[in-house]
Amino acid sequence: MSSKVPDFLVHDDRDAVGVVVVEGVAAGGNLSGWVMDSDETISLAVNDPIPLGHKFALRDIRDGESVIKYGEDIGRAVTDIPKGDHVHVHNVKTSKW
Amino acid sequence: MSGHSFFGYRRENGRVGIRNHVVILPLDDLSNAACEAVANNIKGTLALPHHYGRLQFGEDLELHFRTLIGTGTNPNVAAVVVIGIEPGWTARVVDGIAKTGKPVQGFAIEQHGDIETIASASRVAKDFLQAASELAREECPISDLWVSHKCGESDTTSGMGANPTVGNFIDKTDAIGVTNCFGETSEITGAEHLCRERAINKEIGDKWFATWQAYMDQVIEPHKTSDLSESQPTKGNIEGGLTTIEEKAMGNLQKIGKNARYIDVLAPAEAPEKGPGLYFMDTSSAAAECVTLQAAGGFAVHIFPTGQGNIIGNPIEPVIKVTANPRTVRTMGEHVDLDVSGLLRREMNLDQAGDALIDMVVRTCNGRLTAAEALGHREFVMTKLYRSA
Repeated sequence: MSSKVPDFLVHDDRDAVGVVVVEGVAAGGNLSGWVMDSDETISLAVNDPIPLGHKFALRDIRDGESVIKYGEDIGRAVTDIPKGDHVHVHNVKTSKW
Repeated sequence: MSGHSFFGYRRENGRVGIRNHVVILPLDDLSNAACEAVANNIKGTLALPHHYGRLQFGEDLELHFRTLIGTGTNPNVAAVVVIGIEPGWTARVVDGIAKTGKPVQGFAIEQHGDIETIASASRVAKDFLQAASELAREECPISDLWVSHKCGESDTTSGMGANPTVGNFIDKTDAIGVTNCFGETSEITGAEHLCRERAINKEIGDKWFATWQAYMDQVIEPHKTSDLSESQPTKGNIEGGLTTIEEKAMGNLQKIGKNARYIDVLAPAEAPEKGPGLYFMDTSSAAAECVTLQAAGGFAVHIFPTGQGNIIGNPIEPVIKVTANPRTVRTMGEHVDLDVSGLLRREMNLDQAGDALIDMVVRTCNGRLTAAEALGHREFVMTKLYRSA
């Protein structure tokens, strides 16, 4: 096992979002992440405070674009989401019901 | 792995239970008081009060009977006293349970009143309890075990840690003949294409899809007033970082692992009949309703991965809580049976987490009380399909 404890996890190489797995992430923080699928380590700065379990954009996501997590479509952006921004119910909605 | 065994109670019909309850079962809401009085008289018996059983009809009534008969039939139950307001439907439940060969006796309140009924039923409950107390556990192969699964108060850590741990458990135990069951029809929405592909063959995949589609057509479409925000996902899910039903469904489906394929689709509370393997049961995604139906289907132990910390238990089927959320471990540790938050810190891998879960299941089967049992969680909630007549 790696000795480095990740700040965020990414399920799949194709994903547009990472998930914070530690508490106390503040805006401007530079985070270390683990891509589980490929076992890569990446790093990224976030623009917002991100609570444990919440997502942020790994790249710019355009208004109307599908948001990819687990390599699958989990909903659509309802506004432009810059890389590093908090991604949640304020900027992503279900494509179902 | 294949050498795993556990110590359980082998019942008259060959099924193996991991608890030894004597249940006082009300046919209907009116009979709860008498059942609770009997359980109060005879310490160690277990009353299962619920809200329904009057003026139901059609498929809803059939589900009511199937749930009550299945609950009494569950191998964690040694014997049953059934009390109903009138003798006809009471006998139907008694006769259904009697098919297992286990001790069961029914009492009707009309023309006797509560007090006389409670006295008569208490005498029988005492005899049942003393007989059950002499039953001994025996060593059973792990393939005698029926395990149900449902997640709750999920968050993003569920999809990253707790649910893949359950998936690893299912992959490993499916290969050695354990009977596993998952459900939660509504909560596969967004991953229905992936779930359909996990069937053993096209026929079963189509059967699953028809079940899911029927739920969408008959429940969601006629009744929805919005995009179900705050119902699916729930407020707790959203607090935990889950944004959409699709994201929740993808996390949910991690529970069935990578290799196992479901071999049949069960109606609510229906017992599997195709032998060992993975089954899907058509259930609500509400925790207590789902587990109550799975217990009525005959499952002996339940694995419940959670993120934000669902605290559910069941009166007859022990519920094992698994979480990967380090905050939940810290703030709600008394509800957690297995902490796999090490997965998120890369301190453990899924293979190790799955093995730890197998070990916890075997310990629970051998008699270790779950957190929910120790805390007294006994949520018994019948599923109602529509209004009574």
